[in-house]
Amino acid sequence: MVKLKSIKELNGHLESNQSPERPASAEGNFYHDRDIDAIGPGMNPRIQRLRKLSFEAEPSLSIERALHQTAFYKAHFGKHSTPVFRALTFLDHCKKKTLYLGDDELIVGERGPFPKAVPTFPELTCHSVEDFHVLNTRDQQRYTINQDDIDTYEKEVIPYWKGRTQRERIFNHVPDTWRQAYEAGLFTEFMEQRAPGHTALDGKIYKKGMLDFKCDIQSQIDSLDFLNDPEATDKLEQLKAMDISCDAVILFANRHADLAEENASKETKPQRKAELLKIAWVCRRVPAHAPQTFWEALQMYWFVHLGTITELNGWDAMNPGHFDQHLAPFYEKEVAEGSLTREDAKELLCCSWIKVNNQTAPPKVGITAKESGTYNDFTNINIGGLTQDGNDGVSDVSYIMLEVIEDLHLLQPGTSVHISSKTPDNFLHSATKVIRQGHGYPSVFNPETYIQEMVDMGKTLRDAREGGCSGCIEVGAFGKEAFLLTGYLNVPKILEITLNNGQDPLTGKTVGIQTGNPESFSSYETLYSAFIEQLNYIVDQKIRVSNYIDTMFAKYAPAPFLSVLIDDCILKGRDYYNAGPRYNTNYIQCTGLATVTDSLSTIKTHVFEKQSLSMQDLLGAVSKNFRGEEKLRQTIVNWTPFFGNDDDRADGIAVQVYGDLLQAIDGKPNTKGDVFHLNMLSTTCHIYFGKVLGATPNGRLAGKSISDGTSPSHGCDINGPSAVISSLTKLDHTRSGGTLLNQRFLPSLLKRDADIKKLGSLIRNYFKRGGHHIQFNVVDTATLRAAQKNPEDYKDLLVRMAGYSDYFNDMNADLQQEVIDRTENESF
Amino acid sequence: MYSQEKCLGCEACVGACEQNACILTSDGIVTNQDLCILCGKCAEACPTKATEMSGEQLPISDIMTIISSEKSLMDDSGGGVTFSGGEPLMHPDLLIPLLDECGSLGIHRCVDTTGLASTELLVQVASKTELFLFDLKLMDSERHLRYTGVNNKTILNNLRLLADLDVDIIIRVPLIEDVNDDDQNIQATAEFIAALPGKTRGVNLLPFHHAAAKKHEKLGHHYDAALLGEPDQKRQLEIVDLFMNFGVSASIGG
Repeated sequence: MVKLKSIKELNGHLESNQSPERPASAEGNFYHDRDIDAIGPGMNPRIQRLRKLSFEAEPSLSIERALHQTAFYKAHFGKHSTPVFRALTFLDHCKKKTLYLGDDELIVGERGPFPKAVPTFPELTCHSVEDFHVLNTRDQQRYTINQDDIDTYEKEVIPYWKGRTQRERIFNHVPDTWRQAYEAGLFTEFMEQRAPGHTALDGKIYKKGMLDFKCDIQSQIDSLDFLNDPEATDKLEQLKAMDISCDAVILFANRHADLAEENASKETKPQRKAELLKIAWVCRRVPAHAPQTFWEALQMYWFVHLGTITELNGWDAMNPGHFDQHLAPFYEKEVAEGSLTREDAKELLCCSWIKVNNQTAPPKVGITAKESGTYNDFTNINIGGLTQDGNDGVSDVSYIMLEVIEDLHLLQPGTSVHISSKTPDNFLHSATKVIRQGHGYPSVFNPETYIQEMVDMGKTLRDAREGGCSGCIEVGAFGKEAFLLTGYLNVPKILEITLNNGQDPLTGKTVGIQTGNPESFSSYETLYSAFIEQLNYIVDQKIRVSNYIDTMFAKYAPAPFLSVLIDDCILKGRDYYNAGPRYNTNYIQCTGLATVTDSLSTIKTHVFEKQSLSMQDLLGAVSKNFRGEEKLRQTIVNWTPFFGNDDDRADGIAVQVYGDLLQAIDGKPNTKGDVFHLNMLSTTCHIYFGKVLGATPNGRLAGKSISDGTSPSHGCDINGPSAVISSLTKLDHTRSGGTLLNQRFLPSLLKRDADIKKLGSLIRNYFKRGGHHIQFNVVDTATLRAAQKNPEDYKDLLVRMAGYSDYFNDMNADLQQEVIDRTENESF
Repeated sequence: MYSQEKCLGCEACVGACEQNACILTSDGIVTNQDLCILCGKCAEACPTKATEMSGEQLPISDIMTIISSEKSLMDDSGGGVTFSGGEPLMHPDLLIPLLDECGSLGIHRCVDTTGLASTELLVQVASKTELFLFDLKLMDSERHLRYTGVNNKTILNNLRLLADLDVDIIIRVPLIEDVNDDDQNIQATAEFIAALPGKTRGVNLLPFHHAAAKKHEKLGHHYDAALLGEPDQKRQLEIVDLFMNFGVSASIGG
């Protein structure tokens, strides 16, 4: 077999062969940074100003938290138990942190000293001077930092943390086999730079204030049995830490109240003066007490959100869960009383939305900068869905939220609508109208399927119903579960090493096990067994280290404040990272199902069934990235059954691979008495995974993205959306913790009200047949131009003509140009 | 059908053709239609599908399998099957059993027709169809003859007759600049529709487009509609108003 000599050679080839950068939307990633400054119709001048400020603020780095953290560690490390010590560092920062109270603001509080100023978390991973220079100067996802701060960091922060960070603890431990697989890009590791986090809240913070939680904690302390419970002391320390963290956020809120009063005393405009006094009043009420008004409920959530993302940098950030359901009682009561109007409520919601947008994701260091280049910290607001009692959860607040999304269209927060069989058509229709705008939001989820998923994993029905999606597509029982994503698995890469007997062809290093020379395989089944053997080996490598990392977080980085918010941490006297929650799921996210399916289908069809191609010739062509083999590559691309076309020959392989991924992952024990589950999420990782993957047997060239989530390979679904749905629903979605389907549409297909209704029907149909999630990218002219250049990647693009629809690829250049011109004019 | 931009020039089709009908030229593959027996071997051999067979011959059972796979979505969206063409009424042996089978599955049936067919057949089809998409191109018989090659007598009679039956009809009028978009023709069309028996009929106005150009090119046919175009936006809206004057509701697109 011909081997590539070096990555450099491959890269050299890539540069000449790669298609121009596609917009993020074309990559199936709806978490892209938007370049839109149009202003929606429903915003009042205050919201316009706040939005503009948030939109235009440049992400920057703040070293304040790191300085507080380092000074506190230097002075006090070793004096307390770990949880109490961590709570005290949090308290210390809440006491000293620079506050921000901007003009026009109604909801207050920032993680950094001002909007989009991002703190660092040196206790987890310490940025180097070089990291800062890269962040400060790179073209995309830039974070500014001044030289003085870099110098201070170099002097004060970096020396202390050398050898003490969580990241070093992890990388000093990992076995070589893990490191080789990791470096080859067979998987990523979520927790090497950020805390596991991944939390969404239930409704408890709208019924209890921090003072109430302190009572709960105290009564738990009072009931500790030091005579019979060997863990009583650990529990006491943990509970004391939780208690301190409650004080910390109350103190943080009171400082805001003081600041607001001080500003009010200097304020000359009577209206703003009154607002500042109101802010002060609200900040004295929450989070100490349970909120009583809509405004207080939003501010309550906001302090809780800030507390959790300041304590540690959970990945993803905090998520309010079913926000509309939580807020509806406050809204309805106050509207009935006459103390709140719909406009007031919408303004306050806009203020909260903008607050989320101000919290840019903390930047990573090293290799993972490639993996997830985004400012998005993945707060996802769930709208609609079912209530804990199984009733429809849609309320007026849900509709107002849709308007807020449409008006603001900011990068953050992410939003999702949850469409059950009980969801009114009217809500679905309103949601699809927002989808039509083409920002990728909201994504659409099927509560009936994810409730089954969660019940199957052992949750009670009521806990499952109160759950939903956090971040991207992964689901959990809100307020009761730590559902940790541990990293992505590059499934096509596992096939690649199988086809190279355990070696990574890009480096020549052995990263898997020896499963035999594929040219000696006498049947497709032999090849497939070898693939499964490699899969199991790699998954075990991954899990072994994930378990180690989980333990490290439990030991060194407990999160006492987060633990206050999640059942049953107080009851158990255990930390969120130490099996405190009622449920403790670990997920491994498998990426590239369609790329693997299509590659296996190629081998099965041409090598073993038709026998029109030898394994040697196929692998030879693959290893030279199909150079000089365009005829062979075209034969594969055009004459192989691919996933997404309702063709059982390919879909059967997808079902089998999905089953074996489940087999490899599902039910493997984690360190918290619970288990690992499969997730089919890709976020943006399919791009990174594609970059570390040579050409694949399905005709995909080296370096190109692999398929995202459970979507068909780009441009390979050529039988329309209903065939895609048929293929996708052959997988049993309820057995994983989430599947992902991206569909792209041209605006012309969604122009009329009747078209929007059809989109609604498509969603209803997909969900009736068991789909978990679907999201729509309404494509722009840039995508169409890319489609002209690389028709092969865009075979699925349908265009609505007068009277019928046709594939974009099947039009001549003039008509394509006309479609592009029209699309430009039609953008919503 | 052949698309030169997809062609690698690999001559796989040349090798596969037993009639020696395919030749690679500087303009890509040229098929000698006198020698070609439409066996499809060139298309099977083509790696890029630059050469494709237009259409596919399938038994009724296979067609029904494809239709049935969409049943669930049809139920949720209120959709169904549209038989179009060409002219589906030219293939009654296929059309009628398919309509029957769809009927037995409770699938909504639609027939997209030029209206040029025997009245007897049309009545028979109407008894198995829920909706007709019925083209009405030009009211003046002579002009109709000039542009389509036939006069419109049968078409108009058929439409009048169909309107009397218990079947939904959407009338579709292509809008082609300087061919049928003049006041006289639009008014005559509207008048005719308004005078149809039975309930009020909706009209879809379909502005002319060149989506067919590519197919002509692939088939190696001369595309003789290249100079035709749609009326401008303003005129399209005027035409909607003209229909309104006769109490006929017309919408653009469909």
